[in-house]
Amino acid sequence: MAKKYELNEVEVWDGNMAAAHALRQADIDIVAAYPITPSTPIVQNYSKFLADGYVDGEFIMVESEHSAMSGCVAASAAGVRAATATSSQGFALMVEVLYQASGMRLPIVLTVVNRALAAPLNVNGDHSDMYLGRDAGWINLCSYNPQEAYDLTLMAFRIGEDLNVRLPVMVHQDGFICSHTAQNVRPLQDEEAREFVGEFKPVNSMLDVANPVTHGVQTEEDWHFEHKARQHNDLMNSMKTINEVFAEFKDRTGREYTPVYTYKMDDADVAIFALGTTVESARIAADQMRQKGIKAGVVSLRVLRPFPFKEVQEVLSNVKAVATLDRSAPGGTFGMLFNEISAALLAGGKKPVVLNYIYGLGGRDTTINMLKEVYEDLDKCAKAGEAVVPLQQFLGLRGPKLSFY
Amino acid sequence: MAKDLKEIKDIEEIKELGWDELLPGAALFSFREPVEDVAEIPMEERPYAPTNSHEWQVGDWRVEKPVYNRDYCIDCQFCWVFCPDMSILSRDKKMIGVVYEHCKGCGICVEVCPTNPKSLLMFPEHMDNQEALAMWPKKEEKK
Repeated sequence: MAKKYELNEVEVWDGNMAAAHALRQADIDIVAAYPITPSTPIVQNYSKFLADGYVDGEFIMVESEHSAMSGCVAASAAGVRAATATSSQGFALMVEVLYQASGMRLPIVLTVVNRALAAPLNVNGDHSDMYLGRDAGWINLCSYNPQEAYDLTLMAFRIGEDLNVRLPVMVHQDGFICSHTAQNVRPLQDEEAREFVGEFKPVNSMLDVANPVTHGVQTEEDWHFEHKARQHNDLMNSMKTINEVFAEFKDRTGREYTPVYTYKMDDADVAIFALGTTVESARIAADQMRQKGIKAGVVSLRVLRPFPFKEVQEVLSNVKAVATLDRSAPGGTFGMLFNEISAALLAGGKKPVVLNYIYGLGGRDTTINMLKEVYEDLDKCAKAGEAVVPLQQFLGLRGPKLSFY
Repeated sequence: MAKDLKEIKDIEEIKELGWDELLPGAALFSFREPVEDVAEIPMEERPYAPTNSHEWQVGDWRVEKPVYNRDYCIDCQFCWVFCPDMSILSRDKKMIGVVYEHCKGCGICVEVCPTNPKSLLMFPEHMDNQEALAMWPKKEEKK
């Protein structure tokens, strides 16, 4: 039996340590992992917990991230709880197996510490890996600080393993700004966390040898479409479980999570829509804009997938201009947030000005002043009632001003 | 509500299932009921589910077939061990023959057969087995 880890009411943890403790408390049977910056400390801390007697499960060192996720797929199909961590190139190498995990309906938890994708090689934070995996059929939860990385990692097990869901869950946090920045974290005590996460409930377990089962079967044109439709249906409906788990977590901790995060949006004319640690910077920028009389707010997705379409429509129903901030090179079009937020607004019959900013690639700092410039652009557009700046701009880029559309 | 595929008798019925009737994750069960020690149950007595590959006949993929000649077989079981499709029938370590419903004609059994002449040889699919046996080669002399 694993030893109890003595925790203070308030711990000083970076995002990696917070995620590692959440994994430790979740009583995982198999962690198969391969290290990669900046997520390495998650599995490094976890393996130290194991070596020190705080973990009952197995840790499998594998030869690549493809194998790490394959190990998790095998363990989960066998009927046990499995989780791992990765970033960037490792995430890219995992992509094939991410689709296997969701298609096979295995509730694996993957803590992703977001980092740029090469080339040029870069170890710092941006959302290229998050965007790469967003169509892989996983539930995607987004955190902005170590406390949330801890909370969402614990909740990820409950959500994915729910018998109505049975889908893998990613928990994202920004490389370095979150993963390596120590902050106050209020953890649950071990027994409370264990009780919250609960026992793993095997479904169609391969270890049930009296009922041999094949996972990862081949389905051609006769079955494949129906299976992918069912998977999409269950992913869409997982929002109900996500909300239930958020509510139960609030009852236990007082910390409230909602599929769409908002800050000062009740009366906002202009809004920044961003993901990750930028949300916290944008809050400060919004406060400063409000001192100047501009009604600024911040919106973010706590749940990137399934996409909270209705909630986004509702939150933005009265804004005059919104800036979608994408921290991933858009590869020849608008950023993902611009496309999805625009679609939600259009379908809801609203036509505020929607701008797109590409920012923070490869760990480029995004300052409060830069975000205030975005609010200034939005204010101009809101007052003019139309886009008076280019629709796509680059924020914090050196050289001549670059814009499109 | 997902249907219990073990209850379905006809493979054609499975092909018509809607998205809401499929077992999530495309997990397929081998047997209709729990089986405690499958190795001890002869193939013909196993309670195969319609989703078991035993129920999917792929013998018509074959262009050449292995023909078995009892006269030279030493029951070494190499073919039984190496066959990738469980298409070699053997009982109590005695070779019986080839299951043509499942054999895809890969020829591995012929490759691994150690006798001289071989006890399994590939022949054109359309040739009668008796005709094949009548033209079986003689023992090769060592040079």
